[in-house]
Amino acid sequence: MHGEGFFYQAFVYLAAAVISVPIAKRLGLGSVLGYLIAGIAIGPFGLGLIGEEGKDVMQFAEFGVVMMLFLIGLELEPTRVWRLRAPILGLGGLQVALSTAVVAGLALLLGLEWRSALAVGMILSLSSTAIVLQTLSEKGLMRTAGGQSAFSVLLFQDLAVIPMLAILPLLAAGTVGVDPAAAHGDAWIDGLPALLRMAVVVGAVGAIVVAGRFLTRPAFRLIASTRLRELFTAAALLLVIGIALLMAQVGLSPALGTFVAGVVLANSEYRHELESDIDPFKGLLLGLFFIAVGASIDFALIAARPAAIAGLVAALLAVKMLVLFGLGRAFGLGTDQNLLLTLGLAQSGEFAFVLFSFASQNRVLTTGITAPLIAVVALSMALTPLLLLVNERWIQPRFGTKERVEREADEFAASSPVIIAGFGRFGSIVGRLLTANGIRTTVLDVDSDQVEVLRRMGLEVFYGDASRHDLLQAAGAGQARLLVLALDNPEKTLELVHTARRHFPHLTILTRATGRRDAYELLDAGVHHVYRETVDTSLRLGIDALRLLGVPAYRAHRSARTFLRHDEASVRELASLRHDRKHYINVARQRIRDLEELLLADLGERDENLDAGWDTESLREEFGGAAAGDTRES
Amino acid sequence: MSAETSRRCTILVLFAHPALEKSRVNRRLADAVRELPGITFHDLYEAYPDFDIDVPAEQTLLLAHDVIVLQHPFFWYSTPAILKQWQDLVLEHGWAYGSRGTALRGKRLMSAVTTGGREEAYGSGGRNRFTIRQLLTPIEQTAALCGMDYLPPFVVHGTHRMADSEMRMHADAYRRVLEGLRDGVLDVEAARDHPRMNWDLDAVLAHGNG
Repeated sequence: MHGEGFFYQAFVYLAAAVISVPIAKRLGLGSVLGYLIAGIAIGPFGLGLIGEEGKDVMQFAEFGVVMMLFLIGLELEPTRVWRLRAPILGLGGLQVALSTAVVAGLALLLGLEWRSALAVGMILSLSSTAIVLQTLSEKGLMRTAGGQSAFSVLLFQDLAVIPMLAILPLLAAGTVGVDPAAAHGDAWIDGLPALLRMAVVVGAVGAIVVAGRFLTRPAFRLIASTRLRELFTAAALLLVIGIALLMAQVGLSPALGTFVAGVVLANSEYRHELESDIDPFKGLLLGLFFIAVGASIDFALIAARPAAIAGLVAALLAVKMLVLFGLGRAFGLGTDQNLLLTLGLAQSGEFAFVLFSFASQNRVLTTGITAPLIAVVALSMALTPLLLLVNERWIQPRFGTKERVEREADEFAASSPVIIAGFGRFGSIVGRLLTANGIRTTVLDVDSDQVEVLRRMGLEVFYGDASRHDLLQAAGAGQARLLVLALDNPEKTLELVHTARRHFPHLTILTRATGRRDAYELLDAGVHHVYRETVDTSLRLGIDALRLLGVPAYRAHRSARTFLRHDEASVRELASLRHDRKHYINVARQRIRDLEELLLADLGERDENLDAGWDTESLREEFGGAAAGDTRES
Repeated sequence: MSAETSRRCTILVLFAHPALEKSRVNRRLADAVRELPGITFHDLYEAYPDFDIDVPAEQTLLLAHDVIVLQHPFFWYSTPAILKQWQDLVLEHGWAYGSRGTALRGKRLMSAVTTGGREEAYGSGGRNRFTIRQLLTPIEQTAALCGMDYLPPFVVHGTHRMADSEMRMHADAYRRVLEGLRDGVLDVEAARDHPRMNWDLDAVLAHGNG
């Protein structure tokens, strides 16, 4: 029965998402708005397919935000976070402080008691990490100056939740000494004295950093060596969930904890693999979260007092925009980027839901205040994608200063023009030559021990099976120009070629092939640059053999070049020919037959006429060795 | 044997520069004519980085064109190495010269060279002692032996110190010369009196239609 209920719910949620998100995207509205609309549609005020249980789903789905922060952390190396310290503390700190002050001031004017007003101000000053980051990254704006500023502010807000949780109980009207258990839910450290509590918190964060640095990599290597993909996915999920639990135990935001873990692992060779393993879970949970937000909008309440709610929403957005725009200007953002920051962060976020219920538990705010405000927050979240859409469609084209944002993108995370799959005997030489010429490469290899060694030597090598399209995506295949396939497994190579041609048709593929047979397959699959791994070396050996037999060096060299040219041409020719003949019994016989054809061809083209321009035979015939027109001294 | 016989000629530019990325003037000249209709631009170092010249392919190219232009910087009073390799291998006895070697007969050959030194440095009074035309006599004689009509060279002197505007001017002149040769509006006979093709271009091109 229970299972049926679960499947029914899953069906409703998934169906709503699958139907509404593509429509929203087609209309240019973005996925977030699509999910929100889906939530409204299936919610109690739409089709009524989901009711109260939406709240549970919301709690579960908030885990999507935690995963998102982990992924963001993975993208950010510690040095980059350090470089962002000024915007995080300055811009973020001032935004929270000023928004709190102004919102609280307005609340006072509306007749709230000062403690309630302050609580409302703090809670509403926070923005929605989920909506903002999802919308910005979908629009590809994360790496712009405005996107980075937005990210910095959101990061500070995540930090600010911790002191807010501590301060809110103190604002309870007339009650002194609130029961801490009621305040922090089930975090066991609330029973501890303040100093010890601080030590535990610091210790927990320190443990994440230390464990992330020294424990996870050997652990992942061990798991990777089992070559079971699902085990790696399980380990990745275990890591994120484990950290979230630990953080909840010490009373910190799980999102913050996983973010730290992500940053610690940003330098790790397992970064791309982790990214592609966690990403689908994050996407689904975030979608679920947005649906839950849409479903939780209380239209009955809004319908009862439409003018008041609309006024509050407008006032909230106006106040936050004013603060953000002023700060953006003070921190030197251009108008375009500042508008992005201002409109992007104008809403209140998911933390408000948590903090409002926390505040009413602590009797800081009454439900008379929180109920309409929760509706206001949900509406402000739903309006965000619309605001950004308005900015993109109408404001920017008219008032935008057309700043070039690409420059900033380079600094944040320049992607390599070349991806090399397989870094063994073959791929490593390709990689070294490119590196020697100052070209950045991203390397993927499945041998975790090898990856470990190479990384210790300072190379940018990542662990992962390159034939998976999501891993290629994470490694930057969307932006790269060349894909070098240097794997020693022909089946895997062919699989990768098919994947790359299907998902990244813009990539030029250069492929290692074991032999002729393999080269035929690859040519059929649409690869234009095929390199048989033993040809060049065998020819070099052949040249040396000729020289040892007394053939002059340059003649031997040129003969090998001619041989190679003919041989390459014959590979292409035979590759197309073999489709006409289907009566081959087995591969071995085919090989013998290939060789036979080759030898016959070589006999027909003995190098007699090689470099005839340097041959004086015909000249001596014509001029008898003494003619005036002889251009050759022999 | 001049303008009226060849109303619409095809031109093959054999281009040789071993380090195009470091070139200033040659690159501009090349860019000015690379995409022109009726002109085949053939970059030898790009086609044969290992000097492994495909002789039959090169001979086919020569046969398909009426005017051959050898465009290159002037290295040690001669061509860059690959163009010498190209001459050695492609201009075979019995094909390009000799009693049965008539493949190139009647075609035109023009050098298009750039020199770092200024024009005054080329001549009996200058430190290079010979004029550029004199120094190019091996090419001129190669053309003669193959029965080709050798045209005065297109020369850009003084590339070591050259302003952008001047480079643009030379590139433009180069394009006009090739277009003139292609369309048969360049007065070849008048040009023969000049030390180089771009000596008095307006005069040569103005009379071409007559």
